[in-house]
Amino acid sequence: MTRFRIPAARAALIILATASLAACASRPKPMGPVATTAPPPAYQTAPAPGPGPVVEETGAPTPGSARDFVINAGDLVYFDTDRFNVRDDARAILDAQAAWLARYPAVRVRIEGNADERGTREYNFALGARRAAAVKDYLVGHGLPAGRMDTVSYGKEHPLDTGSGEESWAHNRNAHTLITGGAR
Amino acid sequence: MRLLFLRLATPVSLPFMGRASRVSDRGGVLGRSRKTPPRSLRESPSPGGEGKERLRLSLACIVALATMLTASVDLRAARADIVINVDQGATQPVPIAIPAFGGAAMAAQISGVVSADLQRSGLFRPLDPATFPALGPDLNVKPGFDAWKAISAQGLLTGAVSVDGDGHLRASVRLWDVYAGEALIGTEFTSTPANWRRVAHKIADAVYAKLTGQSGYFDTRVVFVAEGGSKARPVRRLEIMDQDGANPSYLTDGSYLAFTPRFSANSQEVAYMALRPTGSTLYLLNIETGRQESLGRFPGMVFAPRFSADGRKVAFSLEKDGNTDIYVMDVASHAAARLTSDAAIDTSPSFSPDGGQMVFNSDRGGSPQLYVMNASGGGVHRISFGSGRYTTPVWSPDGKLIAFTKQQGGEFHIGVMRPDGSDEHLLTTSYLDEGPTWAPNSHVILFSRDGGSGAHLWSIDVSGRQLVAAPYGPRASDPAWSALLP
Repeated sequence: MTRFRIPAARAALIILATASLAACASRPKPMGPVATTAPPPAYQTAPAPGPGPVVEETGAPTPGSARDFVINAGDLVYFDTDRFNVRDDARAILDAQAAWLARYPAVRVRIEGNADERGTREYNFALGARRAAAVKDYLVGHGLPAGRMDTVSYGKEHPLDTGSGEESWAHNRNAHTLITGGAR
Repeated sequence: MRLLFLRLATPVSLPFMGRASRVSDRGGVLGRSRKTPPRSLRESPSPGGEGKERLRLSLACIVALATMLTASVDLRAARADIVINVDQGATQPVPIAIPAFGGAAMAAQISGVVSADLQRSGLFRPLDPATFPALGPDLNVKPGFDAWKAISAQGLLTGAVSVDGDGHLRASVRLWDVYAGEALIGTEFTSTPANWRRVAHKIADAVYAKLTGQSGYFDTRVVFVAEGGSKARPVRRLEIMDQDGANPSYLTDGSYLAFTPRFSANSQEVAYMALRPTGSTLYLLNIETGRQESLGRFPGMVFAPRFSADGRKVAFSLEKDGNTDIYVMDVASHAAARLTSDAAIDTSPSFSPDGGQMVFNSDRGGSPQLYVMNASGGGVHRISFGSGRYTTPVWSPDGKLIAFTKQQGGEFHIGVMRPDGSDEHLLTTSYLDEGPTWAPNSHVILFSRDGGSGAHLWSIDVSGRQLVAAPYGPRASDPAWSALLP
């Protein structure tokens, strides 16, 4: 699993990046009326290893790199319990994904659908597939050729957040857009 | 008083199993035993005689429990009866004395495995051997029953094991009804010494069958997903073991995630789902040879495979563009046919034992519920109407019940209902119970339970009384129970 098998040195850098993201995430959440659960922080997200030297990961992202995609477009969108419709708060991220991918037409992506642990294994494979397909459909609707994307469902088998409780489950109901080729 | 056991004793041969036992095959027995399956032989009358059989042994316990078990699956039983039975206090297991078998080196080990099997069923309470009165060396001499009554034994199982000149292991057993003063079983089992555990399981099955009136389930195996790694970096390997936890063996190497193994009709093959970053694959894996074949390439996710009872078909789910439907494949030709075409999730198909119907899980009504349809598609009707979410339905081998996972109010349950949806009752409750599989006698269910520290295997009987941790310590899920071995 590309997403989860990261060389140790690179993993350490990712942890640094994660820590800074987590710091952002610890800011107080806005108290305004929000229809759905607020988008969880994109923490513990391991960006796909890019082709560039490792030292570049701590600086500004190379435009067109996988890290650039994660930081400047966003690679995760979240879903409500047992739902697969694209939420309002996901649209901005998917719009940014579509724009970024339009700018770098050589890039290919895999959309990984995920579910929380509060369901049975087989049902969650189906649910994760729905979420991956919903993101793919959205991106196709915004001009991205379907041939540049493939989808997979991990069901509840690859939780992004390894904790339990509603906050963890909210993180784990997601679709992750992973760059599989063509990035700088 | 000498009884006529030797003349009436029923020899039973076991086929060789596994590579180790095959190496020690001296020839002959393998072919013979396959032509004469021990299961049918075992059902022939024992010296006690069906007509003379007196189950005083079961006075307080076994009869009550067997009646209750029967009530749970008897289609004529009233709904109220089932609920009351489940809510009643635990029955007392039958005290049974199993003195260490005499004879060959593994004799005491065999009686130990028999004792452990019976104890784990929850229906028997093997007594402490330290309290046992002296037992004569001759298996065919009636024991002095008063001395066994004095230690409250209701059943007495004696046995003698030998390895004869041609290398065959012979285990002769007698099951005595202590209060009736009669033998209920007088049988000889024959196999190779390497198969001594299977001989023990066959003996335990014979005792269980005689005293409960239901066939046993001890000479069986379980295939499951061994869960390693961490939540973030999971390792999921198929593993197989005897139902009592012995002889564990990995079937896959962990280079990909393996899920939902299901046995074929003869329990020699397993259909399962492999998950890689590039997608999923359904494989048929031959347990003996280790060879596996893909069921084909598909445009989307494939998962939830399950064999028909005759082993000729595999039903499964295929996802296309986010929509999951149920398909069925002919195993020999790999020709697949689509059975559902609803926009909802349709998954977890399970054939009825006669092959005519299929129960599955769909959220076409707005939440996951159970539906039954013809095995060729069509005739879909919903059978679950309770509150909560119903998933993973599995038809019992005797066709009388459907086991399922139910999620309600933040908890998960394993439950059973009749195929028409009536008489639902929930057998277990926890943070996460999932994935039931039936013992071949349709009275015991294995499932996985995750109380928050990872999944482990548990068993529950259909009365809901006998909840037991399976004899496998590490984390595990997706159990599948084999048929009784031949």
